[in-house]
Amino acid sequence: MTDTTATHADFQAHSHDHHDADHKPAFFARWFMSTNHKDIGTLYLIFAIVAGIIGGAISGMMRAELAQPGIQYLQAWAQMSDGPDATLDQAYHLWNVLITAHGLIMVFFMVMPAMIGGFGNWFVPIMIGAPDMAFPRMNNISFWLLIPAFALLLGSTFVPGGTGNGAGTGWTVYAPLSTSGSAGPAVDLAIFSLHIAGASSILGAINFITTILNMRAPGMTLHKMPLFVWSVLVTAFLLLLALPVLAAAITMLLTDRNFGTTFYDAAGGGDPVLYQHLFWFFGHPEVYIMILPGFGIVSQIISTFSRKPVFGYLGMAYAMVAIGVVGFVVWAHHMFTTGMSVNVKMYFTAATMVIAVPTGVKIFSWIATMWGGSLSFKTPMVWAIGFIFMFTVGGVTGVVLANGGVDDNLHDTYYVVAHFHYVLSLGAVFGLFAGFYYWFPKMSGKMYSEFLGQLHFWVFFVGVNIMFFPMHFLGMSGMPRRIPDYTSAYAHWNQIASFGYVIMAAGIAIFFVNLIWSLVAGRKAEGNPWGEGATTLEWTLSSPPPFHQFETLPKID
Amino acid sequence: MRPKAAELRGKIETLMKMVKSLFLAGMLAFSPAIASAQGAAPAPDAAVAAPAEAGTESALAAEAPPAREAMKPVEGIGMPKSGEVTFQEQFTDTGEYARWIHDGVLLPIITLISLFVLALLVWVIVRYRRSANPEPSKTSHHTLIEVIWTLVPVLILVGIAIPSIDLLARQYKPAPEDALTVKVTGYQWYWGYEYPDNGVSEIVSNMLPKEEAAKRGEPELLAVDNRLVLPAGRPIKMLITAADVIHSFSVPALWVKEDAVPGRINEKSFTIEKPGVYYGQCSELCGARHGFMPIAIEALPPAEFDAWLAQQGGHAKGAEAVAEADPAAAEAAAPAENAAEPAAATN
Repeated sequence: MTDTTATHADFQAHSHDHHDADHKPAFFARWFMSTNHKDIGTLYLIFAIVAGIIGGAISGMMRAELAQPGIQYLQAWAQMSDGPDATLDQAYHLWNVLITAHGLIMVFFMVMPAMIGGFGNWFVPIMIGAPDMAFPRMNNISFWLLIPAFALLLGSTFVPGGTGNGAGTGWTVYAPLSTSGSAGPAVDLAIFSLHIAGASSILGAINFITTILNMRAPGMTLHKMPLFVWSVLVTAFLLLLALPVLAAAITMLLTDRNFGTTFYDAAGGGDPVLYQHLFWFFGHPEVYIMILPGFGIVSQIISTFSRKPVFGYLGMAYAMVAIGVVGFVVWAHHMFTTGMSVNVKMYFTAATMVIAVPTGVKIFSWIATMWGGSLSFKTPMVWAIGFIFMFTVGGVTGVVLANGGVDDNLHDTYYVVAHFHYVLSLGAVFGLFAGFYYWFPKMSGKMYSEFLGQLHFWVFFVGVNIMFFPMHFLGMSGMPRRIPDYTSAYAHWNQIASFGYVIMAAGIAIFFVNLIWSLVAGRKAEGNPWGEGATTLEWTLSSPPPFHQFETLPKID
Repeated sequence: MRPKAAELRGKIETLMKMVKSLFLAGMLAFSPAIASAQGAAPAPDAAVAAPAEAGTESALAAEAPPAREAMKPVEGIGMPKSGEVTFQEQFTDTGEYARWIHDGVLLPIITLISLFVLALLVWVIVRYRRSANPEPSKTSHHTLIEVIWTLVPVLILVGIAIPSIDLLARQYKPAPEDALTVKVTGYQWYWGYEYPDNGVSEIVSNMLPKEEAAKRGEPELLAVDNRLVLPAGRPIKMLITAADVIHSFSVPALWVKEDAVPGRINEKSFTIEKPGVYYGQCSELCGARHGFMPIAIEALPPAEFDAWLAQQGGHAKGAEAVAEADPAAAEAAAPAENAAEPAAATN
């Protein structure tokens, strides 16, 4: 962070105090013992970028292996991880370790830390006119818990996990594969990792809920809060209600594994499907946890670059609340093939389709916000528009999968992989990039390169579509998920998908060039680089904001 | 010890009445529920073909190599096609219906919605770009349009839900009681197929190595050593379970996917419309060789299936009940069941 003096009138009065608004602690105290929401937000973003590089590299390994039929690289990689005499089975196990690590890293260590920990920490307090989060020390421990969590997950890949090293259970950790099916400590470490990451998120959620409900500036009523704040509030409630269920589910996995309980073992009166119910009771809200803050970011950006207030603000806010509520009663659509009764399957089919309604309200409201606006297509806006379309494509395939009878064919095929990558890799990640470009000038005080930003968008957009669209075809013709090799009929689309990965990776490279170039040589950013459309409170501050903002609370009318 | 086929054939007419009553008595005594189930009409020549092998010890027969040529798969049928952009051709009526729901209802709707959103986006991008529209409007509410874009999706979803719920009802229609019961068990990493009502104990099905599959003209990683042999045109009741971890029995061309969960028995009923070879793969992550435990179904014409069953040392459903009821009638039991069935059906 560069030193920048506050220019806003509110802070000039304090600029001669000993503890002025921009007094920063020394390096170690500032970054390792931080209680500052902006610094902690920055730490979260750096963490998410590092995790994203690792998770993205793993997907590169997977796309390389899947580019052609046969086993090309897995055995060589297995020799690195399991020793020179690694068997073919250990190579296959390594594949399962890769898919598990990719899923867990991207969900728990990339999207969630970036969305909620990064942008949430940075901008929720500022947007509601608060000086910091309600519990600054708890905020710090939330972040630092992620480090051991990530270390445990990465460490798990180096210890035995059954057939080979590492946890090869899939990110869903289904019993009994994760209990009796995976000897060795790897799965235990992965479970501990989830426990700690979950604790981190629960603490964060408590912090956000308390901050948003208690620390809004005078006049900032709930119905005046920016939609990003609404999205984080709903997300925090989802985290608070869903994560304890995950914690319970995986604790029972641990006791089944180590202490002889049989919660998920039919031989002892338990039920493997119980684990799936508990997991998806958490897991489905989890997908909204990943996407709702993206909705919030996109709402801010669309409004800013259309120079119009968000269309149907209340509808937008309560659509997110509705998505959050309904998101808790649709979980078993992830389990359509487990042998549930016809009535249960009909209910979960119908309930799942209901979610399309508030989601549709959001899509149409974004378009209506642009309608009649005065649109400028700066990089964040381009990402946001890309988000809307790609999320629509991912959403409509969700409606297909919602039909329990149709899902009988598509379940656990690449169609599902395509669907959730359209809503996450093209939805949530587009939201992250949109937010990153939107707030980068505010966070760093430097402008990014508009040319590189646009180039990044187009290369990434083309890459991810070439990578993920053919997966719909693979899934419809029957290719199952989570297999390292396939019959040659699937080679055509797999090769194209792997080609898409290369383009996508080039897009990411452009992003990093842009990031480094902007930090080093970027033009200095004004307090409000986006002009009159940017109406939320962060744009009233300098770029970057003073170390402590709003020591005198702003008044909202 | 056991009568020769020729003798047996000679005795059939005279034994007919006695066997029929014994058979029915046995059925009623030992499995009342099944007794009322005899409604199928197996191909008439089965009665003649079956006896020859009927007495073979089942354990021996299960191991015996099939005398029959394995059916050759038809390229692109029951297996994926290169560059395909849609579902595999379907060979069950629920599969055809489900595919129609996708191709005829869902795909047009989701395509239109996506194109509609894309068209709106293109329109606002062109029409309301800053150079074309420097002054933004201040509109931020329009109750009517908000009601419309809430209600229209609701109506579309109701339209989707009607056939979708109907599909579920059809998929869950219980198998008729004369359906062929097959027990499928998932193991790490192969499948076991058992015909519990027909006295055929578990047949283990492993993936063929790639070279062997190529030699037999079958798709690699999908071909197996022992296929799951089923009759075409007869209802099948599949009981699916697993012995170690969760697997999933999946055959895309039949629109069948049902998890094999240890400690549970999941039921799936369907009727394969045409003889053929239909491939599938395990569809739930089950450990290292999850990608290498394929499924291959060989659907035979009913007569050939009965012959195959007999060859495996199996018998038609219910026949063993007679054997237990009266050892004297045991030898006659297998052919008798076929002969008896038309009469039983009139009960």
